[in-house]
Amino acid sequence: MIQAKTNHLTEDDVRHIAKLARLHLTEEEVKKFQKQLSSVLDYIEILNEVDTSNVGIPPQIIGKENTFRNDETSPSFPQKGALKNASKKKDGYFVADAVFYE
Amino acid sequence: MNNLHTLSIKEARDGLDSKKFSSVELTKTCLERTKTVEPKINAYVTVTEEAALRMAKKADELLKNGDLNPLLGIPVGVKDNYCTKDIRTTAASKVLDNFIPPYDASVWDRVKQQGAVLVGKTNMDAWAHGSSTETSDYGATKNPWDTTKLPGGSSGGSGATVAADEVIYSLGSETAGSIRQPASWCGIVGFKPTYGRTSRYGIIAMGSSLDCPGPMTKTVEDSAIVMNSIAGNDPHDATSSEKNVPDYTSYLGKSIRGMKIGYSNDYFEGVDSGVVETVKKAMNKLEELGATIIEVKLFEPKYAIAVYTIIQRSEVSSNLARYDGIRYGDGRDRFEEEAKRRIMLGTYALSSGYYDAYYLKAEKVRTVIINDFNTAFEKVDLIVGPTSPSTALPVGSSKDHPMFGEMADVLVEPSSIAGLPGINVPCGFSKGLPVGLQFIGPQFREGLVFTAGYAYEQVTEWHKRKPDLQSLNK
Repeated sequence: MIQAKTNHLTEDDVRHIAKLARLHLTEEEVKKFQKQLSSVLDYIEILNEVDTSNVGIPPQIIGKENTFRNDETSPSFPQKGALKNASKKKDGYFVADAVFYE
Repeated sequence: MNNLHTLSIKEARDGLDSKKFSSVELTKTCLERTKTVEPKINAYVTVTEEAALRMAKKADELLKNGDLNPLLGIPVGVKDNYCTKDIRTTAASKVLDNFIPPYDASVWDRVKQQGAVLVGKTNMDAWAHGSSTETSDYGATKNPWDTTKLPGGSSGGSGATVAADEVIYSLGSETAGSIRQPASWCGIVGFKPTYGRTSRYGIIAMGSSLDCPGPMTKTVEDSAIVMNSIAGNDPHDATSSEKNVPDYTSYLGKSIRGMKIGYSNDYFEGVDSGVVETVKKAMNKLEELGATIIEVKLFEPKYAIAVYTIIQRSEVSSNLARYDGIRYGDGRDRFEEEAKRRIMLGTYALSSGYYDAYYLKAEKVRTVIINDFNTAFEKVDLIVGPTSPSTALPVGSSKDHPMFGEMADVLVEPSSIAGLPGINVPCGFSKGLPVGLQFIGPQFREGLVFTAGYAYEQVTEWHKRKPDLQSLNK
Protein backbone atom coordinates (compact mmCIF):
# COMPACT_ATOMS: atom_id res chain seq x y z
CA MET A 1 0.00 0.00 0.00
CA ILE A 2 1.53 3.29 -1.08
CA GLN A 3 1.51 5.97 1.60
CA ALA A 4 1.91 9.55 0.43
CA LYS A 5 4.82 11.21 2.19
CA THR A 6 3.59 14.69 1.48
CA ASN A 7 0.24 15.98 0.40
CA HIS A 8 0.94 17.25 -3.08
CA LEU A 9 -2.71 17.34 -3.91
CA THR A 10 -5.69 18.15 -1.77
CA GLU A 11 -9.08 16.58 -2.32
CA ASP A 12 -10.19 19.87 -3.84
CA ASP A 13 -7.30 19.70 -6.29
CA VAL A 14 -8.46 16.22 -7.26
CA ARG A 15 -12.01 17.44 -7.83
CA HIS A 16 -10.71 20.32 -9.96
CA ILE A 17 -8.54 18.04 -12.10
CA ALA A 18 -11.45 15.65 -12.56
CA LYS A 19 -13.56 18.54 -13.84
CA LEU A 20 -10.85 19.55 -16.32
CA ALA A 21 -10.59 15.96 -17.49
CA ARG A 22 -14.35 15.52 -17.72
CA LEU A 23 -14.24 12.57 -15.34
CA HIS A 24 -16.85 11.86 -12.76
CA LEU A 25 -15.38 10.60 -9.49
CA THR A 26 -17.15 9.23 -6.44
CA GLU A 27 -16.12 10.63 -3.04
CA GLU A 28 -14.36 7.36 -2.36
CA GLU A 29 -12.38 7.74 -5.57
CA VAL A 30 -11.50 11.35 -4.70
CA LYS A 31 -9.98 10.16 -1.39
CA LYS A 32 -8.20 7.25 -3.00
CA PHE A 33 -6.80 9.31 -5.88
CA GLN A 34 -5.67 12.06 -3.54
CA LYS A 35 -3.33 9.60 -1.86
CA GLN A 36 -2.27 7.70 -4.95
CA LEU A 37 -1.65 10.71 -7.19
CA SER A 38 0.22 12.48 -4.39
CA SER A 39 2.51 9.50 -4.01
CA VAL A 40 3.23 9.48 -7.74
CA LEU A 41 4.04 13.19 -7.61
CA ASP A 42 6.36 12.44 -4.67
CA TYR A 43 8.28 10.08 -6.88
CA ILE A 44 8.47 12.58 -9.74
CA GLU A 45 10.39 15.00 -7.47
CA ILE A 46 13.45 12.95 -8.41
CA LEU A 47 13.58 14.87 -11.69
CA ASN A 48 14.77 17.92 -9.80
CA GLU A 49 18.05 16.09 -9.19
CA VAL A 50 18.88 16.30 -12.89
CA ASP A 51 20.57 19.43 -14.16
CA THR A 52 18.83 20.52 -17.32
CA SER A 53 20.02 24.13 -17.36
CA ASN A 54 21.97 23.51 -20.56
CA VAL A 55 19.20 21.69 -22.33
CA GLY A 56 17.38 23.74 -24.94
CA ILE A 57 14.12 22.93 -26.64
CA PRO A 58 13.82 19.13 -26.73
CA PRO A 59 14.06 17.90 -30.34
CA GLN A 60 11.61 15.50 -32.01
CA ILE A 61 12.66 11.95 -31.17
CA ILE A 62 13.86 10.96 -34.64
CA GLY A 63 14.55 14.46 -35.92
CA LYS A 64 11.43 14.80 -38.07
CA GLU A 65 10.32 18.28 -38.99
CA ASN A 66 7.47 19.71 -41.01
CA THR A 67 5.93 16.63 -42.56
CA PHE A 68 3.73 17.89 -45.36
CA ARG A 69 1.64 16.30 -48.05
CA ASN A 70 0.82 17.64 -51.47
CA ASP A 71 -2.17 19.96 -51.51
CA GLU A 72 -4.30 17.55 -53.51
CA THR A 73 -7.85 16.48 -52.84
CA SER A 74 -8.73 12.84 -52.51
CA PRO A 75 -11.90 10.97 -51.51
CA SER A 76 -12.59 11.59 -47.86
CA PHE A 77 -14.08 9.25 -45.33
CA PRO A 78 -17.68 8.37 -46.24
CA GLN A 79 -20.29 9.93 -43.98
CA LYS A 80 -21.95 6.58 -43.36
CA GLY A 81 -18.73 5.03 -42.07
CA ALA A 82 -18.04 8.01 -39.89
CA LEU A 83 -21.49 7.77 -38.27
CA LYS A 84 -21.45 4.00 -37.88
CA ASN A 85 -20.39 3.96 -34.24
CA ALA A 86 -22.25 7.03 -33.06
CA SER A 87 -24.62 6.40 -30.17
CA LYS A 88 -26.95 9.17 -31.29
CA LYS A 89 -27.31 10.51 -34.80
CA LYS A 90 -29.84 12.61 -36.67
CA ASP A 91 -30.10 13.56 -40.36
CA GLY A 92 -26.52 12.48 -41.01
CA TYR A 93 -25.12 14.42 -38.02
CA PHE A 94 -23.69 13.40 -34.65
CA VAL A 95 -25.93 14.38 -31.75
CA ALA A 96 -24.15 15.99 -28.82
CA ASP A 97 -25.19 17.77 -25.64
CA ALA A 98 -26.00 21.44 -26.08
CA VAL A 99 -23.13 23.72 -25.15
CA PHE A 100 -25.32 26.76 -24.67
CA TYR A 101 -28.72 26.74 -23.09
CA GLU A 102 -31.42 29.31 -23.50
CA MET B 1 -4.61 -33.01 -33.22
CA ASN B 2 -1.55 -32.42 -35.41
CA ASN B 3 1.34 -30.11 -34.46
CA LEU B 4 0.84 -27.41 -37.03
CA HIS B 5 0.11 -24.78 -34.35
CA THR B 6 3.63 -25.21 -32.95
CA LEU B 7 5.27 -24.07 -36.18
CA SER B 8 7.19 -20.84 -36.67
CA ILE B 9 6.40 -18.45 -39.54
CA LYS B 10 9.36 -19.84 -41.48
CA GLU B 11 8.23 -23.44 -40.98
CA ALA B 12 4.62 -22.59 -41.80
CA ARG B 13 5.74 -20.77 -44.97
CA ASP B 14 7.79 -23.77 -46.10
CA GLY B 15 4.93 -26.14 -45.36
CA LEU B 16 2.30 -24.03 -47.14
CA ASP B 17 4.49 -23.39 -50.19
CA SER B 18 5.43 -27.04 -50.56
CA LYS B 19 1.76 -27.98 -50.14
CA LYS B 20 2.37 -30.16 -47.07
CA PHE B 21 -0.75 -28.60 -45.59
CA SER B 22 -3.20 -25.86 -46.42
CA SER B 23 -3.87 -22.56 -44.72
CA VAL B 24 -7.31 -23.85 -43.73
CA GLU B 25 -5.73 -26.88 -42.00
CA LEU B 26 -3.17 -24.69 -40.28
CA THR B 27 -5.86 -22.23 -39.21
CA LYS B 28 -8.21 -24.94 -37.96
CA THR B 29 -5.38 -26.34 -35.82
CA CYS B 30 -4.73 -22.93 -34.28
CA LEU B 31 -8.46 -22.43 -33.66
CA GLU B 32 -8.71 -25.84 -32.02
CA ARG B 33 -5.70 -25.07 -29.88
CA THR B 34 -7.29 -21.72 -28.98
CA LYS B 35 -10.52 -23.42 -27.89
CA THR B 36 -8.58 -25.89 -25.74
CA VAL B 37 -6.37 -23.47 -23.85
CA GLU B 38 -8.46 -20.32 -23.71
CA PRO B 39 -10.43 -21.32 -20.58
CA LYS B 40 -7.06 -21.37 -18.76
CA ILE B 41 -5.29 -18.49 -20.52
CA ASN B 42 -7.90 -15.89 -21.60
CA ALA B 43 -5.55 -14.35 -24.14
CA TYR B 44 -8.20 -12.96 -26.49
CA VAL B 45 -10.84 -10.28 -26.26
CA THR B 46 -12.41 -11.52 -29.50
CA VAL B 47 -11.74 -14.76 -31.34
CA THR B 48 -12.55 -14.22 -35.02
CA GLU B 49 -13.24 -17.81 -36.07
CA GLU B 50 -15.48 -17.04 -39.04
CA ALA B 51 -13.17 -14.38 -40.42
CA ALA B 52 -10.17 -16.64 -39.88
CA LEU B 53 -11.64 -19.49 -41.90
CA ARG B 54 -12.75 -17.10 -44.62
CA MET B 55 -9.28 -15.56 -44.82
CA ALA B 56 -7.64 -18.99 -44.79
CA LYS B 57 -9.80 -20.14 -47.67
CA LYS B 58 -8.87 -17.04 -49.65
CA ALA B 59 -5.21 -17.62 -48.80
CA ASP B 60 -5.39 -21.16 -50.13
CA GLU B 61 -6.71 -19.82 -53.45
CA LEU B 62 -3.86 -17.33 -53.63
CA LEU B 63 -1.39 -20.09 -52.78
CA LYS B 64 -2.80 -22.19 -55.65
CA ASN B 65 -2.13 -19.26 -57.97
CA GLY B 66 1.49 -19.22 -56.85
CA ASP B 67 1.35 -16.06 -54.69
CA LEU B 68 4.60 -15.65 -52.81
CA ASN B 69 3.95 -13.32 -49.86
CA PRO B 70 5.95 -14.12 -46.71
CA LEU B 71 2.94 -13.89 -44.38
CA LEU B 72 0.33 -15.39 -46.72
CA GLY B 73 -2.00 -17.88 -45.08
CA ILE B 74 -0.38 -17.72 -41.68
CA PRO B 75 -2.57 -17.34 -38.53
CA VAL B 76 -1.82 -14.22 -36.47
CA GLY B 77 -3.09 -12.64 -33.27
CA VAL B 78 -3.50 -8.87 -33.29
CA LYS B 79 -3.44 -6.76 -30.14
CA ASP B 80 -6.84 -5.24 -29.55
CA ASN B 81 -5.54 -1.67 -29.84
CA TYR B 82 -5.04 -2.11 -33.60
CA CYS B 83 -8.09 -0.95 -35.52
CA THR B 84 -9.27 -3.86 -37.66
CA LYS B 85 -11.89 -2.83 -40.18
CA ASP B 86 -15.36 -4.26 -39.48
CA ILE B 87 -13.96 -6.33 -36.62
CA ARG B 88 -14.67 -5.26 -33.06
CA THR B 89 -11.79 -3.40 -31.45
CA THR B 90 -11.89 -2.50 -27.77
CA ALA B 91 -8.39 -1.66 -26.48
CA ALA B 92 -9.64 -3.98 -23.68
CA SER B 93 -11.86 -1.20 -22.33
CA LYS B 94 -15.61 -1.25 -21.87
CA VAL B 95 -15.64 2.29 -23.28
CA LEU B 96 -15.13 0.66 -26.70
CA ASP B 97 -17.09 -2.51 -26.01
CA ASN B 98 -19.14 -2.11 -29.19
CA PHE B 99 -16.67 -0.24 -31.35
CA ILE B 100 -16.37 -1.52 -34.92
CA PRO B 101 -13.59 0.40 -36.68
CA PRO B 102 -14.40 1.62 -40.18
CA TYR B 103 -10.75 1.39 -41.18
CA ASP B 104 -7.61 -0.71 -40.70
CA ALA B 105 -4.49 0.26 -38.80
CA SER B 106 -1.68 0.63 -41.34
CA VAL B 107 0.52 -2.07 -39.81
CA TRP B 108 -2.39 -4.54 -39.76
CA ASP B 109 -3.33 -3.53 -43.31
CA ARG B 110 0.16 -4.40 -44.57
CA VAL B 111 -0.07 -7.84 -43.04
CA LYS B 112 -3.67 -8.32 -44.18
CA GLN B 113 -2.78 -7.37 -47.77
CA GLN B 114 -0.33 -10.25 -47.76
CA GLY B 115 -3.12 -12.68 -47.00
CA ALA B 116 -2.61 -13.16 -43.27
CA VAL B 117 -5.27 -15.02 -41.30
CA LEU B 118 -6.67 -13.22 -38.24
CA VAL B 119 -7.34 -15.67 -35.41
CA GLY B 120 -8.39 -13.02 -32.93
CA LYS B 121 -7.86 -9.69 -31.16
CA THR B 122 -5.59 -10.27 -28.25
CA ASN B 123 -6.09 -9.13 -24.68
CA MET B 124 -4.13 -6.28 -23.18
CA ASP B 125 -4.12 -3.88 -20.26
CA ALA B 126 -7.03 -1.54 -20.92
CA TRP B 127 -5.76 1.31 -23.16
CA ALA B 128 -2.32 -0.33 -22.89
CA HIS B 129 -2.00 1.18 -19.43
CA GLY B 130 -0.01 -1.46 -17.70
CA SER B 131 2.56 -4.21 -17.57
CA SER B 132 0.41 -7.07 -16.39
CA THR B 133 -2.64 -7.50 -18.68
CA GLU B 134 -4.70 -7.81 -15.52
CA THR B 135 -6.11 -4.32 -15.88
CA SER B 136 -8.07 -5.49 -18.92
CA ASP B 137 -11.82 -4.93 -18.62
CA TYR B 138 -12.18 -8.45 -20.05
CA GLY B 139 -10.34 -10.34 -17.34
CA ALA B 140 -6.67 -11.05 -16.80
CA THR B 141 -4.65 -13.15 -19.20
CA LYS B 142 -2.66 -15.91 -17.51
CA ASN B 143 0.89 -16.92 -18.24
CA PRO B 144 0.98 -20.22 -20.20
CA TRP B 145 4.06 -21.30 -18.22
CA ASP B 146 2.15 -21.00 -14.91
CA THR B 147 -1.42 -19.85 -14.88
CA THR B 148 -1.09 -18.41 -11.36
CA LYS B 149 1.28 -15.88 -12.91
CA LEU B 150 0.82 -12.88 -15.16
CA PRO B 151 1.98 -12.84 -18.77
CA GLY B 152 3.25 -9.27 -18.46
CA GLY B 153 1.83 -6.38 -20.44
CA SER B 154 0.42 -4.51 -21.99
CA SER B 155 0.76 -6.93 -24.94
CA GLY B 156 0.16 -9.88 -22.60
CA GLY B 157 -2.48 -11.48 -24.83
CA SER B 158 -0.17 -11.27 -27.83
CA GLY B 159 2.62 -12.78 -25.74
CA ALA B 160 0.51 -15.58 -24.32
CA THR B 161 -1.06 -16.58 -27.67
CA VAL B 162 2.41 -17.05 -29.14
CA ALA B 163 3.80 -18.87 -26.10
CA ALA B 164 0.79 -21.19 -26.02
CA ASP B 165 0.86 -21.77 -29.80
CA GLU B 166 -2.64 -20.39 -30.26
CA VAL B 167 -1.23 -18.47 -33.22
CA ILE B 168 1.96 -18.61 -35.27
CA TYR B 169 2.86 -15.02 -34.35
CA SER B 170 1.26 -11.89 -32.96
CA LEU B 171 1.35 -8.16 -33.42
CA GLY B 172 1.83 -6.06 -30.31
CA SER B 173 2.73 -2.52 -29.41
CA GLU B 174 5.18 -0.95 -27.02
CA THR B 175 5.17 2.41 -25.32
CA ALA B 176 7.70 1.44 -22.64
CA GLY B 177 8.14 -2.27 -22.31
CA SER B 178 4.79 -3.49 -23.57
CA ILE B 179 6.32 -5.81 -26.18
CA ARG B 180 9.65 -6.69 -24.58
CA GLN B 181 8.45 -7.32 -21.03
CA PRO B 182 5.59 -9.74 -21.85
CA ALA B 183 7.96 -11.40 -24.33
CA SER B 184 10.39 -11.85 -21.44
CA TRP B 185 7.75 -13.21 -19.04
CA CYS B 186 6.26 -15.50 -21.73
CA GLY B 187 9.60 -16.79 -23.05
CA ILE B 188 9.24 -15.56 -26.63
CA VAL B 189 10.90 -13.05 -28.97
CA GLY B 190 9.56 -9.50 -28.74
CA PHE B 191 10.86 -6.74 -30.97
CA LYS B 192 10.42 -3.02 -30.42
CA PRO B 193 11.40 -1.04 -33.52
CA THR B 194 12.87 2.46 -33.48
CA TYR B 195 10.13 5.01 -32.86
CA GLY B 196 8.68 5.96 -36.24
CA ARG B 197 9.94 2.78 -37.96
CA THR B 198 6.42 1.32 -37.95
CA SER B 199 3.29 3.40 -38.44
CA ARG B 200 1.09 4.37 -35.50
CA TYR B 201 -1.90 5.10 -37.74
CA GLY B 202 -4.90 3.16 -36.49
CA ILE B 203 -3.22 2.07 -33.27
CA ILE B 204 -5.39 3.37 -30.44
CA ALA B 205 -3.07 6.03 -29.12
CA MET B 206 -1.48 5.96 -25.71
CA GLY B 207 1.73 8.03 -25.73
CA SER B 208 2.14 9.58 -29.12
CA SER B 209 5.86 10.23 -28.74
CA LEU B 210 6.47 6.68 -27.54
CA ASP B 211 4.08 4.15 -29.14
CA CYS B 212 5.75 1.55 -31.40
CA PRO B 213 3.87 -1.32 -33.09
CA GLY B 214 6.00 -4.46 -33.38
CA PRO B 215 6.10 -8.27 -33.78
CA MET B 216 5.93 -10.97 -31.10
CA THR B 217 7.20 -14.26 -32.43
CA LYS B 218 8.62 -17.68 -31.62
CA THR B 219 12.01 -16.99 -33.22
CA VAL B 220 14.28 -14.08 -34.11
CA GLU B 221 14.04 -14.98 -37.80
CA ASP B 222 10.24 -14.72 -37.64
CA SER B 223 10.61 -11.29 -36.07
CA ALA B 224 12.79 -10.11 -38.96
CA ILE B 225 10.32 -11.56 -41.47
CA VAL B 226 7.42 -9.63 -39.92
CA MET B 227 9.49 -6.43 -39.64
CA ASN B 228 10.21 -6.61 -43.38
CA SER B 229 6.46 -6.45 -43.95
CA ILE B 230 5.43 -3.85 -41.41
CA ALA B 231 8.26 -1.32 -41.33
CA GLY B 232 8.26 1.73 -43.52
CA ASN B 233 6.94 5.22 -44.08
CA ASP B 234 3.21 5.83 -43.89
CA PRO B 235 1.76 9.10 -45.20
CA HIS B 236 -1.05 8.71 -42.64
CA ASP B 237 1.46 8.98 -39.79
CA ALA B 238 3.39 12.26 -39.85
CA THR B 239 5.91 10.92 -37.35
CA SER B 240 6.77 7.84 -39.38
CA SER B 241 10.29 7.70 -40.73
CA GLU B 242 11.08 8.13 -44.40
CA LYS B 243 14.26 6.06 -44.12
CA ASN B 244 14.55 3.03 -46.40
CA VAL B 245 13.68 -0.35 -44.93
CA PRO B 246 16.50 -2.87 -45.44
CA ASP B 247 15.92 -6.63 -45.68
CA TYR B 248 16.15 -7.45 -41.98
CA THR B 249 16.61 -11.15 -42.69
CA SER B 250 19.95 -10.32 -44.35
CA TYR B 251 21.31 -9.48 -40.89
CA LEU B 252 20.67 -12.98 -39.59
CA GLY B 253 23.60 -15.34 -39.51
CA LYS B 254 26.25 -12.63 -39.41
CA SER B 255 28.99 -13.23 -36.85
CA ILE B 256 29.18 -11.10 -33.72
CA ARG B 257 32.94 -11.61 -33.46
CA GLY B 258 34.46 -8.26 -32.62
CA MET B 259 31.13 -6.67 -31.75
CA LYS B 260 31.38 -4.41 -28.70
CA ILE B 261 28.44 -5.00 -26.39
CA GLY B 262 28.02 -2.79 -23.35
CA TYR B 263 26.28 -3.45 -20.05
CA SER B 264 25.57 -1.18 -17.14
CA ASN B 265 25.70 -2.33 -13.50
CA ASP B 266 22.75 -0.06 -12.80
CA TYR B 267 20.66 -2.34 -15.01
CA PHE B 268 21.35 -5.22 -12.62
CA GLU B 269 20.46 -3.31 -9.45
CA GLY B 270 17.40 -4.67 -7.71
CA VAL B 271 17.13 -7.52 -10.21
CA ASP B 272 16.13 -10.99 -9.04
CA SER B 273 19.20 -13.10 -8.31
CA GLY B 274 17.92 -15.92 -10.53
CA VAL B 275 17.52 -13.47 -13.42
CA VAL B 276 20.99 -11.99 -12.85
CA GLU B 277 22.58 -15.43 -12.87
CA THR B 278 20.75 -16.49 -16.02
CA VAL B 279 21.51 -13.26 -17.89
CA LYS B 280 25.18 -13.35 -16.91
CA LYS B 281 25.43 -16.89 -18.32
CA ALA B 282 23.90 -15.56 -21.55
CA MET B 283 26.45 -12.75 -21.65
CA ASN B 284 29.23 -15.33 -21.27
CA LYS B 285 27.81 -17.07 -24.32
CA LEU B 286 28.13 -13.83 -26.26
CA GLU B 287 31.80 -13.68 -25.30
CA GLU B 288 32.23 -17.27 -26.47
CA LEU B 289 30.85 -16.12 -29.81
CA GLY B 290 33.59 -13.50 -29.97
CA ALA B 291 31.83 -10.37 -28.78
CA THR B 292 33.62 -8.07 -26.36
CA ILE B 293 31.52 -7.30 -23.29
CA ILE B 294 32.38 -3.87 -21.90
CA GLU B 295 31.05 -2.10 -18.84
CA VAL B 296 29.49 1.26 -19.66
CA LYS B 297 28.09 3.95 -17.41
CA LEU B 298 24.52 4.75 -18.34
CA PHE B 299 22.19 7.28 -16.82
CA GLU B 300 20.50 5.63 -13.84
CA PRO B 301 17.24 3.97 -14.93
CA LYS B 302 15.33 5.43 -11.97
CA TYR B 303 15.18 8.84 -13.66
CA ALA B 304 13.64 7.25 -16.72
CA ILE B 305 10.76 6.08 -14.55
CA ALA B 306 9.91 9.65 -13.58
CA VAL B 307 10.38 10.96 -17.12
CA TYR B 308 8.21 8.25 -18.58
CA THR B 309 5.50 8.60 -15.94
CA ILE B 310 5.01 12.29 -16.70
CA ILE B 311 5.34 12.19 -20.47
CA GLN B 312 3.17 9.13 -20.92
CA ARG B 313 0.41 10.25 -18.60
CA SER B 314 0.38 13.72 -20.14
CA GLU B 315 0.06 12.28 -23.62
CA VAL B 316 -2.55 9.80 -22.41
CA SER B 317 -4.70 12.57 -20.95
CA SER B 318 -4.70 14.23 -24.35
CA ASN B 319 -5.24 11.05 -26.36
CA LEU B 320 -8.10 9.81 -24.23
CA ALA B 321 -9.90 13.16 -24.36
CA ARG B 322 -11.54 12.04 -27.61
CA TYR B 323 -13.56 9.35 -25.82
CA ASP B 324 -16.61 11.46 -25.14
CA GLY B 325 -19.18 8.92 -26.29
CA ILE B 326 -20.34 11.16 -29.13
CA ARG B 327 -18.68 9.82 -32.28
CA TYR B 328 -17.89 6.32 -31.01
CA GLY B 329 -17.76 4.34 -27.80
CA ASP B 330 -19.62 4.76 -24.57
CA GLY B 331 -19.15 7.67 -22.22
CA ARG B 332 -16.25 8.48 -19.95
CA ASP B 333 -18.08 6.80 -17.07
CA ARG B 334 -16.89 3.52 -18.46
CA PHE B 335 -13.23 4.29 -17.79
CA GLU B 336 -11.87 2.05 -15.08
CA GLU B 337 -9.54 3.12 -12.27
CA GLU B 338 -6.17 2.87 -13.97
CA ALA B 339 -7.26 4.92 -16.96
CA LYS B 340 -8.80 7.55 -14.71
CA ARG B 341 -5.65 7.78 -12.60
CA ARG B 342 -3.48 8.28 -15.64
CA ILE B 343 -5.77 10.83 -17.22
CA MET B 344 -5.86 12.74 -13.94
CA LEU B 345 -2.11 12.82 -13.49
CA GLY B 346 -1.55 13.83 -17.09
CA THR B 347 -4.16 16.57 -16.90
CA TYR B 348 -2.49 17.96 -13.81
CA ALA B 349 1.00 17.82 -15.32
CA LEU B 350 -0.15 19.73 -18.38
CA SER B 351 -2.33 22.21 -16.56
CA SER B 352 -1.58 25.89 -16.31
CA GLY B 353 1.18 26.61 -13.81
CA TYR B 354 2.44 23.05 -13.79
CA TYR B 355 3.44 22.43 -17.42
CA ASP B 356 7.00 23.76 -16.98
CA ALA B 357 7.61 21.94 -13.72
CA TYR B 358 6.40 18.62 -15.00
CA TYR B 359 6.03 18.03 -18.74
CA LEU B 360 8.73 20.41 -19.93
CA LYS B 361 11.15 19.27 -17.23
CA ALA B 362 10.48 15.63 -18.14
CA GLU B 363 11.11 16.35 -21.83
CA LYS B 364 14.42 18.03 -20.96
CA VAL B 365 15.55 15.07 -18.86
CA ARG B 366 14.49 12.95 -21.80
CA THR B 367 17.01 14.86 -23.94
CA VAL B 368 19.69 14.13 -21.31
CA ILE B 369 18.86 10.42 -21.55
CA ILE B 370 18.99 10.47 -25.37
CA ASN B 371 22.40 12.19 -25.26
CA ASP B 372 23.58 9.67 -22.68
CA PHE B 373 22.77 6.77 -25.01
CA ASN B 374 24.47 8.55 -27.91
CA THR B 375 27.63 8.82 -25.82
CA ALA B 376 27.45 5.15 -24.89
CA PHE B 377 27.01 4.13 -28.53
CA GLU B 378 30.28 5.85 -29.35
CA LYS B 379 31.97 3.18 -27.23
CA VAL B 380 29.79 0.14 -27.94
CA ASP B 381 27.66 -1.22 -30.78
CA LEU B 382 24.84 -2.54 -28.63
CA ILE B 383 23.75 -2.66 -25.01
CA VAL B 384 22.77 -5.91 -23.28
CA GLY B 385 21.08 -6.78 -20.03
CA PRO B 386 18.05 -8.35 -18.40
CA THR B 387 14.74 -7.24 -19.94
CA SER B 388 12.82 -7.37 -16.67
CA PRO B 389 13.93 -7.25 -13.01
CA SER B 390 11.97 -10.42 -12.32
CA THR B 391 10.29 -13.38 -13.89
CA ALA B 392 6.51 -13.41 -14.22
CA LEU B 393 4.84 -12.08 -11.08
CA PRO B 394 1.71 -13.61 -9.51
CA VAL B 395 -1.77 -12.63 -10.63
CA GLY B 396 -2.91 -9.72 -8.44
CA SER B 397 0.53 -8.11 -8.16
CA SER B 398 -0.49 -4.91 -9.91
CA LYS B 399 -3.61 -4.15 -7.85
CA ASP B 400 -3.63 -0.77 -6.11
CA HIS B 401 -0.07 -0.10 -7.10
CA PRO B 402 -0.19 3.19 -9.02
CA MET B 403 3.27 2.81 -10.52
CA PHE B 404 3.45 -0.96 -10.93
CA GLY B 405 4.12 -0.79 -14.65
CA GLU B 406 6.78 1.86 -14.40
CA MET B 407 8.67 -0.06 -11.73
CA ALA B 408 8.37 -3.37 -13.59
CA ASP B 409 9.61 -1.79 -16.81
CA VAL B 410 12.56 0.14 -15.34
CA LEU B 411 15.07 -1.67 -17.54
CA VAL B 412 13.30 -0.93 -20.80
CA GLU B 413 11.97 2.56 -20.12
CA PRO B 414 15.20 4.43 -20.89
CA SER B 415 15.47 2.92 -24.38
CA SER B 416 11.77 3.57 -25.04
CA ILE B 417 12.15 7.20 -24.02
CA ALA B 418 15.08 7.54 -26.43
CA GLY B 419 13.13 5.89 -29.26
CA LEU B 420 15.70 3.09 -29.59
CA PRO B 421 15.12 -0.36 -31.11
CA GLY B 422 15.36 -3.37 -28.84
CA ILE B 423 14.69 -7.09 -28.70
CA ASN B 424 13.89 -9.64 -26.02
CA VAL B 425 15.21 -13.16 -26.58
CA PRO B 426 14.55 -16.02 -24.14
CA CYS B 427 17.79 -16.89 -22.32
CA GLY B 428 16.83 -19.47 -19.74
CA PHE B 429 14.59 -20.18 -16.80
CA SER B 430 14.54 -19.30 -13.14
CA LYS B 431 12.28 -21.36 -10.85
CA GLY B 432 10.52 -22.69 -13.94
CA LEU B 433 9.70 -19.28 -15.39
CA PRO B 434 11.25 -17.73 -18.52
CA VAL B 435 14.05 -15.18 -18.26
CA GLY B 436 14.59 -12.64 -21.03
CA LEU B 437 17.76 -11.08 -22.41
CA GLN B 438 17.52 -7.71 -24.10
CA PHE B 439 19.67 -6.02 -26.72
CA ILE B 440 19.30 -2.30 -27.37
CA GLY B 441 20.69 -0.56 -30.43
CA PRO B 442 21.05 2.97 -31.75
CA GLN B 443 18.11 4.45 -33.63
CA PHE B 444 17.43 2.69 -36.95
CA ARG B 445 20.04 -0.01 -36.31
CA GLU B 446 17.43 -2.79 -36.15
CA GLY B 447 19.75 -4.95 -38.24
CA LEU B 448 22.47 -4.93 -35.60
CA VAL B 449 19.95 -5.91 -32.94
CA PHE B 450 18.72 -8.79 -35.10
CA THR B 451 22.29 -9.97 -35.74
CA ALA B 452 23.05 -10.20 -32.03
CA GLY B 453 19.68 -11.70 -31.08
CA TYR B 454 19.93 -14.36 -33.78
CA ALA B 455 23.56 -15.21 -32.98
CA TYR B 456 22.65 -15.86 -29.35
CA GLU B 457 19.45 -17.74 -30.16
CA GLN B 458 21.12 -20.09 -32.60
CA VAL B 459 23.61 -21.43 -30.04
CA THR B 460 20.89 -22.09 -27.45
CA GLU B 461 17.72 -24.17 -27.26
CA TRP B 462 15.54 -21.89 -25.11
CA HIS B 463 13.31 -20.87 -27.99
CA LYS B 464 12.43 -24.53 -28.63
CA ARG B 465 10.91 -25.08 -25.18
CA LYS B 466 7.16 -24.91 -24.87
CA PRO B 467 4.95 -24.58 -21.78
CA ASP B 468 3.22 -27.79 -20.71
CA LEU B 469 -0.41 -26.70 -20.71
CA GLN B 470 -1.67 -30.22 -20.07
CA SER B 471 -0.34 -30.29 -16.54
CA LEU B 472 -1.76 -26.99 -15.32
CA ASN B 473 -4.30 -27.36 -12.56
CA LYS B 474 -5.96 -23.95 -12.46
